[in-house]
Amino acid sequence: MKAVGRPILALMFILGAGSGDAQSAEWSGFASLEPRWFIDRPLLPEQPERGVSPSAVLAPELRLSWNDGDDRITLVPYLRFDADDDRRNHGDVREAVWLHVGGPWVWRAGLGKVFWGVAESRHLVDIVNQTDLVEDIDEEDKLGQPMLSAERWTDRVGTFTAYLLPGFRERTFPAPDSRMRGRFPIDADAATYASNDKDRHIDAALRWSHVIGAWDLGVSGFHGTSREPRLLPVEDAAGSVVLVPRYDLIDQLGVDMQYTRGAWLWKLESILRAGHGERFGALVTGFEYTRFGVGGSSADLGLLLEYLYDGRSVSAPPTAYDDDLFVGIRVSLNDIDDTTLLAGAVLDSSGTVAFVEAQRRFGSRWKLEIEGRFFAGIEESDRLLGGLRKDGFINLRLARYF
Amino acid sequence: MSRFALSVCVVALLGAVASGAPETNSPSAAAKGRAIAVEADARDRGFGDSVVELTMTLRSADGRERVRRLTWQTLEVGEAGAGDKSLTIFHEPRDIAGTAFLSHTYVARDDDQWLYLPALKRVKRIASANKSSAFVGSEFAYEDLLSDEVDKFDYEWLRDEACGDLTCFVLERHPRYSDSGYSRELVWIDQQAYRAMRIEYYDHKGQHEKTLTFADYRQHLAQYWRAHSLRMENLQTGKSTVLSMADYRFRTGLGERDFDPSALRRDR
Repeated sequence: MKAVGRPILALMFILGAGSGDAQSAEWSGFASLEPRWFIDRPLLPEQPERGVSPSAVLAPELRLSWNDGDDRITLVPYLRFDADDDRRNHGDVREAVWLHVGGPWVWRAGLGKVFWGVAESRHLVDIVNQTDLVEDIDEEDKLGQPMLSAERWTDRVGTFTAYLLPGFRERTFPAPDSRMRGRFPIDADAATYASNDKDRHIDAALRWSHVIGAWDLGVSGFHGTSREPRLLPVEDAAGSVVLVPRYDLIDQLGVDMQYTRGAWLWKLESILRAGHGERFGALVTGFEYTRFGVGGSSADLGLLLEYLYDGRSVSAPPTAYDDDLFVGIRVSLNDIDDTTLLAGAVLDSSGTVAFVEAQRRFGSRWKLEIEGRFFAGIEESDRLLGGLRKDGFINLRLARYF
Repeated sequence: MSRFALSVCVVALLGAVASGAPETNSPSAAAKGRAIAVEADARDRGFGDSVVELTMTLRSADGRERVRRLTWQTLEVGEAGAGDKSLTIFHEPRDIAGTAFLSHTYVARDDDQWLYLPALKRVKRIASANKSSAFVGSEFAYEDLLSDEVDKFDYEWLRDEACGDLTCFVLERHPRYSDSGYSRELVWIDQQAYRAMRIEYYDHKGQHEKTLTFADYRQHLAQYWRAHSLRMENLQTGKSTVLSMADYRFRTGLGERDFDPSALRRDR
């Protein structure tokens, strides 16, 4: 823990930390180099010719805490420098949030991040934060969401959280002249909204979560602007087709549950959503099974299997997960450098998207990660993945944590 | 049975004959063994909660060292059938800073365990069948750190013998819970204060796998003894892990709620 200078302590004083008890300020974060090697030559003439695309990230984190930790401020800016994609060359505030614990209540105000759900292949019920799609197409990276939330813990009936979400963040998309952009360029600046308030519509969400023995349960409701846009084809001035994001107003009910027994995790996530034309349901369900200490070694081997179904029609934002099977393996060597590997594939009648993620620490502050994403057997005509079929890549990440 | 295990039995038998104590395997050796474990547990009752800053030094067979720093919080649970709750928050290595591990132990059923991944803000319930798995790459298995409840074992008193300047009871205990990596454990408990001084772990082939030694015992609140240095040596791989504790704090005001999975989210 490093001491930060006087200005921050002064700020904490202003925020009501006058009593001087257990104040702390801590810097952390990482800086990384993340070159990405595209395996195939690009599909389109406007996409960069070079195979290796340089990229770097700076993500410092500042945490202030006072009142014995009952008041905290977290600040996490995020900066990516990307040589080939104007849109990926971007910054965001992942978190700038004040947290206050008062008795059984936890309050949060600011730009925050929330995760809901249990599944590995797709995060169906997770809806509060917008996806930062330029980071990666796995939808794991999220933009900071303006929020005011109140969480009430109870001893017997679980935890209830209410969220007020003023201010909508548009999904990020790769630039029209970059890799990973898809078949048609996306004109993100021309986005339209179902709500007259556009990106100022105040969304709301509720969640209940509880643990009952071997069951971890969650039920969530959301009303507001869909984080997933429809992509509407329009002709631009030059007469070529561009896709324009359209953000509908939706209602979504979500359920997530996990049953944990022995070495098995049984998982289910399901949603019901209205607002993109016809109402539809979707689910992801499956298991994770782990063999601990395989073959007398200290390594653990996990097997993952999930089935994905999505009943949406063409009037809704497109999804690749309409009727798919996800298979994966997870290896943890449990060595002193925490070497792990996760590999998997989403299998569909119209092709396979596979990935591998391996990582290991070097010393105490360096980390090396290799991530690969591969497309196989995907038809040119595939609405969502057709344009990505030559964009398989291997991403190296060398990060220094501080 | 391995040669080593056999020789332990022979020594135990000789000890029993020499002192006129009942033979091992007899009901009274089992009762005495259990009574010692119950007494050790009783002497540790009432501590409420504790918080300690911990440094874990992992050493590979070729001498490379890695350091983990963490805060270990424990809540004593009074209810019958329930063991303690513990929450471990990592500070180093920096890439896993804020990662937290929560465990609720039970006597008669599987423990409940959750992992909190701060980068994703995700709380994940994990399989507690991980008992024999290495805790963050160390020589401590999950069960070595979390399963120390009286009723999780069957006991047998083997003998009394000198342990350093003290005299120890030597107990053999067998895990009653599933997924243990051990066939049996030998535990040295000092007769004065009922503190564990040494534990030997034997794998399913009966081979001596690891030895844990407790050192730097200090008494807190004029009652509770805590070892401030624990050394686990793996005799089969040559690897070792040392835990060193900074000062313990007791009765800090932690409650059930601080050990609820929903509380993990607020920590980072």
